Amino acid sequence: MAETRYTKDHEYIRIEGDTGTVGITDYAQGQLGDVVFVELPSVGKALTKGGEAAVVESVKAASEVYAPVSGEVVAVNSELEAAPGTVNEDPAGKGWFVKLKLTDAAELEGLLSEAEYQDYVKTL
Amino acid sequence: MAAEAETASTEPLLKTPFHARHVAAGARMVPFAGYDMPVQYPAGIMAEHNWTRESAGLFDVSHMGQAFLVGPDHETTARALEALIPADIVNLPPGKQRYSQLLNEEGGILDDLMVTRSADPDEDGALLLVVNAACKTQDYAHIEARLPANVKLVKAEHRGLIALQGPKAEEALAALNPEAAEMGFMTLRTMKLGGVKANVSRSGYTGEDGYEISAAADRIGEIWDALLLDARVKPIGLGARDSLRLEAGLCLYGHDIDTTTSPVEAALNWSIQKRRREEGGFPGAARIQREFAEKPARVRVGLLPEGRAPAREGAEIATADGTIVGKVTSGGFGPTLNGPCAMGYVAREHSAPGTRLDLIVRGKPLPATIAAMPFVPNRYKR
Repeated sequence: MAETRYTKDHEYIRIEGDTGTVGITDYAQGQLGDVVFVELPSVGKALTKGGEAAVVESVKAASEVYAPVSGEVVAVNSELEAAPGTVNEDPAGKGWFVKLKLTDAAELEGLLSEAEYQDYVKTL
Repeated sequence: MAAEAETASTEPLLKTPFHARHVAAGARMVPFAGYDMPVQYPAGIMAEHNWTRESAGLFDVSHMGQAFLVGPDHETTARALEALIPADIVNLPPGKQRYSQLLNEEGGILDDLMVTRSADPDEDGALLLVVNAACKTQDYAHIEARLPANVKLVKAEHRGLIALQGPKAEEALAALNPEAAEMGFMTLRTMKLGGVKANVSRSGYTGEDGYEISAAADRIGEIWDALLLDARVKPIGLGARDSLRLEAGLCLYGHDIDTTTSPVEAALNWSIQKRRREEGGFPGAARIQREFAEKPARVRVGLLPEGRAPAREGAEIATADGTIVGKVTSGGFGPTLNGPCAMGYVAREHSAPGTRLDLIVRGKPLPATIAAMPFVPNRYKR
């Protein structure tokens, strides 16, 4: 069964086996406003935990999306090129950015659970 | 995810007469030029931008500085102001408005401003100035220090200012007073709007037809409320104001123009009338006359990046061989264009429309083309 973990920077990673799907949370898309462009890494790129995984541009500003854990990019959501607004409409579903093959599953331990993240958002 | 930080300040933020209305409407408030201002309402910047282009957007611009320059007669007041700005104010007819710039001794821009001559014969000698919020304190000190004894600057801090912009602005304002429909672009009239006396000018900062409405701070909320009862009108935040003015090719002070740029470099030649170009007599006239004659070394241009990635302020502009020839001063995504657009300064030899250049975004060259501005055609009521 898939489990989703969160960062305090509002990224999520949905774990299925040894891969994880990375995106930004509904709270984050709300803060960003209308997403007009997403810059994605190339497949095969090695990302390190906390490093840049993608860049999201809203009408107003550019924001970096960080890798919640280290891993190799095995897929990117190229549909976002034509339809960046999907990040606003369905951030946890069709609005994902990259899929990572995890290099150190132990890094997941430091991330927030769904309940912990929801509690954290309430404090903002 | 890391977003750009909003400008932080330890000073308590000022509030416009509309502050409680913005909060009640669910606006996201941000610090802007010392004021707590709405950057967007719940509909979001894209929807607000599009609404303004299609119908009528209502903006709170009460943070801007309003002041009257008052002298014994028009000629005296106009000459006093002409010593500080390059526009022809002496020949400005009653009830007409002009865009100009306060200049420093080197011809750099201290601020840009709107100057309006009162339409009322009883107020002969009065000019209304509207200056930028972030500059108003310095502007007033600069002006006051340079006025002759018989001309006074009277700050109008008890007044609020709203802008109604968009193709349905005329219908919406005419519903409150039919006189609004009779006004031409860059003219001013004093009229009653739902029982409140207001100074109404047909101007704005979006490229659309529209009005700016100044009234007493304790009454202007009534005009705001009356306009919002009209289904054609919705409140719009500063976020969409910025994307609208960028598409319209209009300068934002502190970004596209500042103390280092002259009006000629900024491609604001149209704002300096023939008499002033020839006679001079304004700060930095020698530089500006030389730039008119010889053309400036750098010039403000429009830039259209290929693809959908926006180039933001600060991005360097390079030729194909990597030589840096300029910098982006405003850039983003144009909702009406449905693509990115930017403006910036480039060395003049690279400024012709159609020239292909690279914008350096996150270290990578993004191909772009110099384009004529405005990016979206103006729809002013001539």
